[in-house]
Amino acid sequence: MKTLYDKVWKSHIVHEEAGQPALMYVDLHLIHEVTSPQAFEGLRVAGRKVRQAGRTFATVDHAIPTLNRNLPFKDPIAAQQVEKLRENCKEFGVKLYDLDRIEQGIIHVFGPEQGLTQPGMTIVCGDSHTSTHGAFGALAFGIGTSEVEHVLATQTLQQSPAKNFLIRVDGKLPYGVTAKDIILGIINEIGTGGATGHVIEYAGSAIESLSIEGRMTVCNMSIEAGAKAGLIAPDEKTFEYLKGRPFAPKGEDWNRAVAYWGTLPTDAGAAYDKTVAIDAGDLEPYVTWGTSPEMSVKISESVPDISDARDASQRETNERAFAYMGLEPSQKIDEIGIDVAFIGSCTNSRIEDLREAARVANGYHVNSGVKAMIVPGSMQIKKQAEDEGLAKIFIDAGFEWRDAGCSMCLAMNDDVLADGERCASTSNRNFEGRQGRGGRTHLVSPMMAAAAAITGHFVDVRDWKFRD
Amino acid sequence: MNKFVVHSGSCVPLMRENIDTDQIIPKQFLKRIERSGYGEFLFYDWRFAADGTPTADFVLNDPRYAGASILIAGANFACGSSREHAPWSLMDHGFRVIIAPSFADIFYNNSLKNGLLPITLDAADVAYLGEAVSADPNFTLTVDLENCTVTDGAAFTRSFKIDKFRRHCLLNGLDDIGMTLQHEATITDYETRLASTGRFVLA
Ligand code: SF4
Repeated sequence: MKTLYDKVWKSHIVHEEAGQPALMYVDLHLIHEVTSPQAFEGLRVAGRKVRQAGRTFATVDHAIPTLNRNLPFKDPIAAQQVEKLRENCKEFGVKLYDLDRIEQGIIHVFGPEQGLTQPGMTIVCGDSHTSTHGAFGALAFGIGTSEVEHVLATQTLQQSPAKNFLIRVDGKLPYGVTAKDIILGIINEIGTGGATGHVIEYAGSAIESLSIEGRMTVCNMSIEAGAKAGLIAPDEKTFEYLKGRPFAPKGEDWNRAVAYWGTLPTDAGAAYDKTVAIDAGDLEPYVTWGTSPEMSVKISESVPDISDARDASQRETNERAFAYMGLEPSQKIDEIGIDVAFIGSCTNSRIEDLREAARVANGYHVNSGVKAMIVPGSMQIKKQAEDEGLAKIFIDAGFEWRDAGCSMCLAMNDDVLADGERCASTSNRNFEGRQGRGGRTHLVSPMMAAAAAITGHFVDVRDWKFRD
Repeated sequence: MNKFVVHSGSCVPLMRENIDTDQIIPKQFLKRIERSGYGEFLFYDWRFAADGTPTADFVLNDPRYAGASILIAGANFACGSSREHAPWSLMDHGFRVIIAPSFADIFYNNSLKNGLLPITLDAADVAYLGEAVSADPNFTLTVDLENCTVTDGAAFTRSFKIDKFRRHCLLNGLDDIGMTLQHEATITDYETRLASTGRFVLA
């Protein structure tokens, strides 16, 4: 009796020897401009090649502008980094989906969209949110640059097995409570170190009921709970999503693949090292108040009272977060006003996220004190949203409609919060300075961000008067 | 990789929890394409005010801790982004050892691959060390990787755990890729078997 994780892990062991980490085969290696230059340089210095260029795919996302991509970059260092990726891909024979391609997008949006991400695979990328791909039942995790070089050279990684952590979310999600709220609720419950050393498997009726996009949102933030990876068993929805995508198996291969994928879900009675159960009915829209993703509250609640801290160290951490965020203990969430709304990132920039945000925005206008932007996860999503009429809703409502990229998720390009600016953001990290020095990030779902953009402060989207 | 056998040095206490890699090395310094030269950007937004002047109240700017090579930190150290620039900047700044109650996985791995030693001790021991260093900035620790011990040469001696293989690699400064490539034939065999299943063909 094995778990989904055990099955994927075991089937990828190339070599095992007592007292050493195993060698794990890597089926898919994704790369981007920020964490790869030093790895390619390492290969060059050692006179090594990319072992399986056909399993290596690159795109540009982190440092690129999302406005006027055809103009020369304002930042010469970012331009150099992108140029370096082009040179490296050319020299080592790696396929690059550059700025001129409709497939270009955030690496974790791009992989699934192209059908590269498939159940049962091992997938790595020099980026911690590689956990996103676990939504397909793939074992996917982020690695450092030394490991990127190791994978380029050997198509394997030295790995030790992780522990199994089952998180069940059962019951029906109330309308307005989304995949983002599930994962924020989970992190609130188990903490940012709660899954360290573990691979989380998300299961239960509320997880099954999510679309593939929603499942990606949940798996995306596994790393914010400290997990090695997060996965969800593949099912009919997964197959349906993959069918016909450019790199998905075709014809007879498709049938064989589906038969194999069907063997992956956890066997009945398999044991987990740890289990947590959550009732979907208890969840509400969540808003983070502090500088760690675990510092969140339900929309109906107030930010915490400092005297509730578990110990001195937590009290100090909380005090620092309050000071940084410019909040008062016990302040009500819906009294917090915002300056910026950012809808995007590998957590929430897929078509479904844009549909939800557009439903809220439809017929309204962004508050005069708020700058709001929508950054689709890929150029393909951008086009689809334009074809579906979502772009028009956003533009009419006063949102900026951008090109694909990471943008204000980490603010490595020109999209940066000014000191003291407060942002409702659909991204995944509210760390100090993440969206700009002194910038204050509140993580929320796309619906919540759109509603805050319109009213100028946080509101409970469950009470929203839709105008469609 | 840099070897690590024994290291003695003075310490600096940074007793915050969940210090993330965005703080260790903010993103504006990730655009370089080299591995070196990140030390001056370590904890940049904490060390420097917006106008670039050093902040007086940040511990790394306290002259009493100048030259410290051991960082004592709070739980879940270096969570967040996978950027290997985090260990690169810590090492470039002169750190060889980080002692904390717990570390984020990716950072832990990244550190070991660069010869930076992350040591996990009980929260109470880490708190004790934090206080000892605050009381006496000349407080020195000796870390012996061969014997897996940390000691102040007096009252405080603790042993720590580290994966045997990782320890072996660090002690000898071994190159991971070179070691893996000793199994190249096995990798080729695996690839042949994989091809015969028709699985995960990406074309
Ligand atoms: S969108 Fe944000 S979290 Fe996702 S890959 Fe880009 S920078 Fe990382």
